[in-house]
Amino acid sequence: MTDQRSQAEIVRQSLKRRYRKERRFRLYGILAIFIALASLFILFADIIGKGHTGFVKTTITLDVPLNSDAMYLDDPTDKDQISMADFSAPIIAALQTHFPEAEGGSARRELARMVGSYAPSEVRRLLEKNPELLNTTQTMEFLAHDTVSVYVKHADNPSYSIRLSERQQGWVDELVEKGVIDTSFNDVLFSRGDSREPGNAGILGAIVGSLLTMLVTLAISFPMGIAAAIYLEEFAPQNRITDFIEVNINNLAAVPSIIFGLLGLAVFIGLFGMPRSVPVVGGLVLALMTLPTIIISSRAAIKSVPPSIREAAEGIGASKMQVVLHHVVPLAMPGMLTGSIIGMAQALGETAPLLLIGMVAFIVDVPDGFFSSATVLPVQIYLWASSSEQGFVELASAGIMVLLAFMISMNALAIWLRKRLERRW
Amino acid sequence: MQTANLLPLVLVLAVVAYGLAFMRSRAVAAPLGGIRNLKALPFYYAARAALWSAIPALVVLAAWAGFEGKVIQGIVIASLPQDVWPESAGQASLILSQISNVAAGKLNPDFVPEHIAGAAGLLETLREQSRTFKAILVLLIAVLGAAFAWSRVAPHINARESVERTLRRIFFVCAAVAVLTTVGIVFSVIFETVRFFGRVPITEFLFGTSWSPQTALRADQVGSDGAFGMIPLFTGTLLISAIALLVAVPVGLLSAIYLSEYATKRVRATVKPLMEMLAGVPTVVYGFFAALTVAPFIRDLAEMIGLEASSQSALAAGLVMGVMIIPFVSSLSDDVINAVPQTLRDGSLALGATQSETMKNVIFPAALPGIIGGILLAASRAIGETMIVVMAAGLAANLTANPLDSVTTVTVQIATLLVGDQEFDSAKTLSAFALGMMLFVVTLLLNVIALKIVRKYREQYD
Repeated sequence: MTDQRSQAEIVRQSLKRRYRKERRFRLYGILAIFIALASLFILFADIIGKGHTGFVKTTITLDVPLNSDAMYLDDPTDKDQISMADFSAPIIAALQTHFPEAEGGSARRELARMVGSYAPSEVRRLLEKNPELLNTTQTMEFLAHDTVSVYVKHADNPSYSIRLSERQQGWVDELVEKGVIDTSFNDVLFSRGDSREPGNAGILGAIVGSLLTMLVTLAISFPMGIAAAIYLEEFAPQNRITDFIEVNINNLAAVPSIIFGLLGLAVFIGLFGMPRSVPVVGGLVLALMTLPTIIISSRAAIKSVPPSIREAAEGIGASKMQVVLHHVVPLAMPGMLTGSIIGMAQALGETAPLLLIGMVAFIVDVPDGFFSSATVLPVQIYLWASSSEQGFVELASAGIMVLLAFMISMNALAIWLRKRLERRW
Repeated sequence: MQTANLLPLVLVLAVVAYGLAFMRSRAVAAPLGGIRNLKALPFYYAARAALWSAIPALVVLAAWAGFEGKVIQGIVIASLPQDVWPESAGQASLILSQISNVAAGKLNPDFVPEHIAGAAGLLETLREQSRTFKAILVLLIAVLGAAFAWSRVAPHINARESVERTLRRIFFVCAAVAVLTTVGIVFSVIFETVRFFGRVPITEFLFGTSWSPQTALRADQVGSDGAFGMIPLFTGTLLISAIALLVAVPVGLLSAIYLSEYATKRVRATVKPLMEMLAGVPTVVYGFFAALTVAPFIRDLAEMIGLEASSQSALAAGLVMGVMIIPFVSSLSDDVINAVPQTLRDGSLALGATQSETMKNVIFPAALPGIIGGILLAASRAIGETMIVVMAAGLAANLTANPLDSVTTVTVQIATLLVGDQEFDSAKTLSAFALGMMLFVVTLLLNVIALKIVRKYREQYD
C-alpha cells in the first residue's frame, strides 16, 4: 500500500519536470521551423532589396545643339568625316547650358562622364539617319553613366557616391531637381544582351539562350523519360538487366550536376566534336541530368493508375500496348507532366554543368539558333555576380528575380495541373 | 544540306509515308469488304510505314552527324605533308583551328603556309561532299523504308504486332540510356584520369598535402613535387560539408519531428510547401546570397569580436549550403518518421510517456537507420554542390580546420580548371578529371550505402 502511494508520489513529483521537457522539445521544433522559414525570408528580402534598383534605369534628357563646328562635321553623309567627328562635344555643350561655369579640360571630362559611354554613338546614329538635322537642336534621352546611376538610385546611402567627384555630385543633384535626370522602368534589361557597361546590359540574350536550351532538354528528356518509365513499369521482365537499369537510374539522380558537365565536355565536345557554348550541347547535358527525375516521377504516376483500368481494357481484348497507350498513359499524364515541369524547373536553374561546356562566354548578341553561341540565365547571373561593379550586382539580383519568377510560375503550373487533372482512385 | 534542315524533312517524309500507307490499306481492304478483313487497323499499317521510314534514316543521320567532324579532321590532317604532321594533340588542334579559320574566311590564305591553305580547300570540299552524301543517303533510306513498308500492306500481315514490337524496343532503348549515361560518365573521367596518373603518381595525388595546379603550367615543372596533392581540397570539402550538415541536420530533423508529431494539419499544409521552396531555389542564387551578403556579414561580425576572418570564409559557404539542404533532411526524415507504425506510438503513449519521450525513446530509435540514410544523401549533396562554393569559397588550397579561413573544394577546382579554353593534355586539365573521378566515386558510394539503408529499413516495417 505505502509502496504504491510512494510510487504515485514519485510520478507526480517528476511530472512537472517531464512536462517542462515536453514544452522545451516542442519549442525546439518551432525554433527549427522558424530558422528555416527565416532563412527563406531573409534570402528573398535580401535579393529584392539588392535587385529592385536593377529594374530602374537612369536617363538624362538634353537639348543637344548639333553644331557642325563643334563636331568638326560638315556633311553627315561623308563616311570619312563621320568617323573623325567628335560626337561627345554636343553632349558636353548641352550639359554646359545647365552649368555655364564648367569650363576647362577637367570639367569637360567630368561632364562627358555624366552620360553613358554609348551616348556619342547615339548622336552619330541620329545624324547618319537624318543628315538634315545638322545645325539644329534636338532633344535626346541618354542613359546616365553607371556611377551617376548608382548615385541617383542610392541617394540616401553615402557609401555609393565615392566614385563621383564632389563637383559631379552637385551637378547630379541639380539636374535631378530640374528633372533632367530621371528614373524610369528599365526596358533595356529586357531588350538587350550582355554588355561591358551595366546600364546597357540586358538579360534578353540569356533568356533566349535559356529558352533554346530548355527546348532541347524538353524535346529529349520528356519523351525519353516517359518511354523509359513505361518500359520499366509495364514491360520490363523481372531480371538482372532490369534491376541494373533501375539501380542506375536511382544513382544517376544523385550524381552531382558538375559530373554531367564533365560528361558533356568529354563526350559531346571531345568525342563528337560539337561546338562549345551552344544551346544544343547545353540542352543535351541538362536532358541527361533531368532524365532520372522524369523517369522516377513518371513511374510513380503510372503506378498510381489502378489495376482495374488495365483489367477492364484487357478484358475487352486490347493488346498490352493498347492498354498502356490508350488507357494507362493518358490517365498517368497529369502526374507525368507535373514531374516533368518540376524537372525542367530544376534544369532551368542549373549552372555548374553549363560552366564546363563553355556557356560562360561574354556574349553580346541575342542568340538566333540552336547552334549559335549563347549563355543562360543562371550563368549570366553568375557572371554579373562575380563582377565588382555595383551596377552589375544590381543586374544580377534583378536577373535572379526574373529567374525565380520563371521557376515559381513553372512550379505553380505544376501544382495547378496536379490539382486540376489528377484523379484520386 | 544541314542536319537541322534534314531533320524536319525526314519527319515530313514519315508523315507522307503514313498517309500513303493509310490510303493503300483502305484501298487493299475495299475489294475484300472493308477494313474488317485486314489483320490490323489501317492506323497500324500507316504507323509501320512511318516508323520504317523515319527510324533507320534518323539513326544514320545521328551517326553521320556525330562522326563527320572527326573523320573529316582526320582526313585533312593525314593530307598534310609528312614533315608538318602534328606531334601532339595540342598541336593538331592548333593546326586544325588555323585551317578552319582559313576555310571560314576569317584568315587570309596569303598569310599562312601553303600546305595550310591547301588543307583549307580540302576541308571545304570534304565538308561539301559530306553534306551532299549525307542528305542523299538519309533521304534515300527514308524513301526506301517507306516504300518497303508500303509494299507490305497486305491483309494477311499483322502490322499491329510489328508496330508494338518496335515500340517496345524503342522504350527499352530509352530506359537503357540511363545505363549509357553512367557508362559515358565513367569512361569520360577514367581515360583522362589514367593519363593524369601517367604524369603524376597516384600516391602523390591521394596523399600530397599541397595543391597548386597553376605552377605546373611551366614546362620544367610538370608534375613537380606536391603540386597535385588532393588532401587540402578534400579537407576543405569536408569542412564546408560538415558545417552545412551541422546546420541542416538539427534544423531539418527537428522541424520534421514537429511537423509530423505536433503540428496541426493547417500549419503543416502551409509550412511544408514553404520549406520545399528552399529546395527549389537555384544554387546560383544561394551562391549570390553567400558571397555578397553572408560572407561580408560574417567577416564584419568576426572583426567586431576581434577575430580575423577571410572574406571568403568556409563558414559562409557552409551555412548557406546548410540552409539549402534543410529541406532534403526534413522531407527524408518526415518520410521515415511517418513510416514508423502507429502501434509503436500508441503503445508508448498508453504507458504514460509524454509525446517527446515517445519521440526520443521509441520513434527516433526505430527511425534511426532511415534518418542516417537521409543524412548520408544530404552529405553527398553537400559534397557535390558546386555553385555556392565557386562563388563564396576561395581558390587557395589551405589545409586548415578554421571555419573563418578560406578553403577550396574539389568542385571549385574542377570548375575553375575547366572553365574557358583549355588544352586537353596538360596535367592541369587532366587533374580536373581525376578530381571528378574522386567526386563521382565518393558520392556514388554514399548514395549506394544510403539507398541500401533506407530500403532495408523500409522492408522492416512493410
